[in-house]
Amino acid sequence: MSLPVQAPVSPESQHELTALAGGWSADQQLWASGFLAGMAAARGHAAPASAPALKGTVLFGSQSGNGQGVAEALASAGADLGFELRAVNMADYAPARLAREELLFVVVSTHGEGDPPDDAADLWSSLADPTGPRLEQLRYAVLALGDSSYAHYCQTGRDFDERLAARGAQALVPRVECDLEYQEPAEAWRSQVLETLKEEFAPAAAPPRLRAVPASEAYTSARPFPALLEVNQKITGRDSSKDVRHLELSLDGSQIEWEPGDSLGVKIANPASIVDEVLEAADLDGDAVVRLADEETSLRQALTGEREITRLTRPVLERFSGQTDHPDLTAALADSSELAPFLFRHQVVDLLREYPLALDAQTLLDVLSPLAHRAYSIASDAQATGSSVHLTVARLTYEQFGRAHAGAASTSLADAAAGGEIPVFLDPNPRFRLPEDPATPVIMIGPGTGVAPFRAFVQRREAQGASGKNWLFFGDRQRHNDFLYQVDWLRWRKAGLLELDVAFSRDQEDKRYVQHVMAERGAEFYDWLESGAAVYVCGDASRMAPDVDQALTQLVQKHQARGAEAAAEYVQQLKRSGRYKRDVY
Amino acid sequence: MSDERKLSDVERIKTASRNLRGTLEESLTDDVTGAIAEDDTQLSKFHGIYQQDDRDIRAERRRQKLEPAYSFMIRARVPGGLCTPAQWLAMDRLARTHANGTLRLTTRQAFQFHGVIKSRLKATVAGINEALLDTLAACGDVNRNVMASPIAAQATAQREVARWADVLSEHLTPQTGAYHEIWLDGARLETDAAEAEPIYGATYLPRKFKMALVIPPINDVDIYTQDLGLIAIIEDGQLVGFNVSVGGGMGMAHGVRETYPMLGQLLGFITPDQAVAVSEAVVTTQRDFGDRSNRKHARLKYTIDDRGIDWFRAEVARRAGVTFAPPRSVTFTQRGDARGWLEDDEGHWHYGLFVENGRIGDTEHQQLLSGLRAVAEVHRGEFRLTGNQNVWIAGVAADQRPVIDDILKAHGIGTGVSGLRLNSMACVGFPTCGLAMAESERYLPELIDAIDEIMIRHGLDDEPIVLRMTGCPNGCARPYAAEIGLVGKSDNHYALFLGGDFEGQRLNRLYRASVAEAELLEILDQLLRQFASGRMGDERFGDFLVRSGVVAPVLHGSEIHEEAA
Repeated sequence: MSLPVQAPVSPESQHELTALAGGWSADQQLWASGFLAGMAAARGHAAPASAPALKGTVLFGSQSGNGQGVAEALASAGADLGFELRAVNMADYAPARLAREELLFVVVSTHGEGDPPDDAADLWSSLADPTGPRLEQLRYAVLALGDSSYAHYCQTGRDFDERLAARGAQALVPRVECDLEYQEPAEAWRSQVLETLKEEFAPAAAPPRLRAVPASEAYTSARPFPALLEVNQKITGRDSSKDVRHLELSLDGSQIEWEPGDSLGVKIANPASIVDEVLEAADLDGDAVVRLADEETSLRQALTGEREITRLTRPVLERFSGQTDHPDLTAALADSSELAPFLFRHQVVDLLREYPLALDAQTLLDVLSPLAHRAYSIASDAQATGSSVHLTVARLTYEQFGRAHAGAASTSLADAAAGGEIPVFLDPNPRFRLPEDPATPVIMIGPGTGVAPFRAFVQRREAQGASGKNWLFFGDRQRHNDFLYQVDWLRWRKAGLLELDVAFSRDQEDKRYVQHVMAERGAEFYDWLESGAAVYVCGDASRMAPDVDQALTQLVQKHQARGAEAAAEYVQQLKRSGRYKRDVY
Repeated sequence: MSDERKLSDVERIKTASRNLRGTLEESLTDDVTGAIAEDDTQLSKFHGIYQQDDRDIRAERRRQKLEPAYSFMIRARVPGGLCTPAQWLAMDRLARTHANGTLRLTTRQAFQFHGVIKSRLKATVAGINEALLDTLAACGDVNRNVMASPIAAQATAQREVARWADVLSEHLTPQTGAYHEIWLDGARLETDAAEAEPIYGATYLPRKFKMALVIPPINDVDIYTQDLGLIAIIEDGQLVGFNVSVGGGMGMAHGVRETYPMLGQLLGFITPDQAVAVSEAVVTTQRDFGDRSNRKHARLKYTIDDRGIDWFRAEVARRAGVTFAPPRSVTFTQRGDARGWLEDDEGHWHYGLFVENGRIGDTEHQQLLSGLRAVAEVHRGEFRLTGNQNVWIAGVAADQRPVIDDILKAHGIGTGVSGLRLNSMACVGFPTCGLAMAESERYLPELIDAIDEIMIRHGLDDEPIVLRMTGCPNGCARPYAAEIGLVGKSDNHYALFLGGDFEGQRLNRLYRASVAEAELLEILDQLLRQFASGRMGDERFGDFLVRSGVVAPVLHGSEIHEEAA
């Protein structure tokens, strides 16, 4: 490792430091950085509270492009002075971010009878919510655009100003209102903002200093990063049979860097509803005291944060069976062809209900396995979404034994409220990466939530300006309700960046899946393979992946026309050369 | 006639479309979207189809990263509003199996289906054609559904006028084979060239074109709001000719003074045998001289306003080879439809059925859709759609009347309606219309409840007043020709227009640029109180407002923007 050239130490000192710390483990290095920061603090030189360049957001919301122009002008003038201001359309801004924002500029127009523009609607309704969080940390300024021939001139700007103040935010400069001729007052406002910024927050003329910020690999399952949940949005339509969530988590400050194809590890807490069910089925009191790693805690707490209480595994079944010797369980454990369906059908709660057993609290805890983290394919590329990491999570619910069942992780994420924190860490997947050569064509097959990494893929290919073609096969139940990220795919198709084929199983009489569409487009598919395309498959491992594999082999056989064996060899060769990659689960 | 200005984008699309084909067939089979290609959304109109989306859930779908909930409105042309019971049953079935379970009668005597998704579009259009109706030219820059008075005291006059409506509709129908190719699997044009469009040419008209025929004294097609109006002159029960009115039209934009509604002006009198030539000449003159660069200045009313009515009369006379005689004297007495049973001079009975805002569906209180289906199953006459969004059950023998009465009663149809409600109209508006700025059809019924209370308070219980509401200033329900016009501005806010007349011969004037319900009711309360105490004899509300100086009369449409008070 070498230090940044502008580091405030001499080359000699740098050399010494590198020699000293170079052989240390990452944990040791981290510890040392904190130690050194502590030394400095003790000498009265605390590291600055804010980052060297003051960061802020310039939000714009207007039906015309005027607001955007003003916002971008402020952002770029700010940059010239060393402030890091980002101009963002209100429609693209997660309201939950406000809680962490320190500097906010609002450029907003008014419509109709004092209504906010469409793009501002979500932000406004969040800000208008009287139960929203306090924003004492926030300094802000508002530029209101309007038309004085309307009764409610600049009303939306006034409303924003009033609500921000009511939440405890402090105005940096007074609100300025502009009529149709907005340019002059807008420029005056900008100058005033910049002057005040210079006075109150002298921009960092000094070079960046060493800060005690750990590198991304520093976050692990044991020591996750608390990511702010900025968005939790259902992305299936109102008549969908499914509830799929689009989550946006801020990794701001973590320095976690990921590549398209990587997953995010998520430490979940079991939902209270499932914990209650387990307690009831086991006939135990949640307040019962148990020992966990030499510490005393309540059973409820242990079941919530430390134990797997839905997924059933062989070791759990073995330990449970050891307590009862019930013939069903012994039989399931004895025959591996029985075991898999048994484990699939039963959650922990079903085991407790179907085979009642008077376990004490500690025994129950010891029978169950430690709560494992979950990994979700990342659905965004940092080059497109900054430090915001997107996940696509399907809420798992089903009927079994006459009762509603839910998945612990998907329920806890689907129910998580924006504004809260979720412990995460990076779970890299180096085996599922885009081709190094951007000219290589890419075929992506990702039905259901399997489509998530491909959103990151195409974002990256777009950011790269990659010359290779992209082709997505997506499938789900209904186009109208279940076409995950439809507007993104359509935008890329319109831009000529994406070939798009879909299969919706319930939109016609016969069930139609991605493998059927692959067969229909077999000739083109084979042409792509012949021109060097790489094939990626993501999603369900039990049925989809084998079906797709078979469809691939068959289309090669048909269009290569050299028999089954040659086709199988062709597909094998794709695998060997890293042009057929799968992330299935 | 050459115009150096840039042509509007729709002109580009029409030119490149090969007589309205565009890429509609590809759009229909594109299964990644419920929409059709953007350019095709202009062309589909010529086929009677508008792409729309459910605006109630537009924001929700945006957050869900799903495209808008697209569906299509299909308009079936019904020349003169005449349709057989078999056709009615076919429309009823399509509404239930392919659309949103309702039928909508339009202000132009047509049927509308709403909520048809893309995959059902072709089957719906095919079903309409199987019933011997069609959707071609129901929208778009062409002559649209030809309207005609559906009822007259003299049965022969009604039949004669209906026949002319058919002849003119047929004559002005586009000749493109695109319609049969795309919707009916008709034979395909083998060459790249398109077939000839003898009247329209390759780029059709600069803008929509509307025509109607009326039988005085009932102005139930709002004849002066039409681009072309033929006013039947009946002598001794026989049609002797028409007064020709041109250049009416409703659409404008809020506060844009260059846009305004107009009532038609008379070219003169012609004999029936001249009707086809004159109508074609009006259409081709507009085709050649209408503004193709600015679609907000493209209707015939602007062409005539820019060049003068005398120039236009001479050009049409030259093209048609006719000489206009001075117009005959005509009197109109009302625009609304009668309700209940009416006997014509041949002893046939007709039942006038009020359909609020033209929406035919089943509710708990009134099963209009089921009721009219039951009527259609036994009815041996015909149905006649009206320009007021109502329907006549026409040609009923005297002994069949009780049968019809029983069916209607059993379905809760035919209860009391105030004079205000009977003379009211609303366009569709939210949630399907892409242009709506405020509610219309979903809101007017409850607004009338509130106004009716005021009417009762002032002893005006059954006073007929023409009240019309639209969700936007384009004016589908002809709001500028109403005594009270309400035109959507933004959520819950309307521009209020007052002082039109009852018979449809005077436009109204802007009274308030934007009012919400409370303020509106306050204004109407005050004006209706003045009206109740100050009217002279049978004086109508609109006339009273003008006589008493509340609003100055609008003499030319361009004055409409000048606020009255």
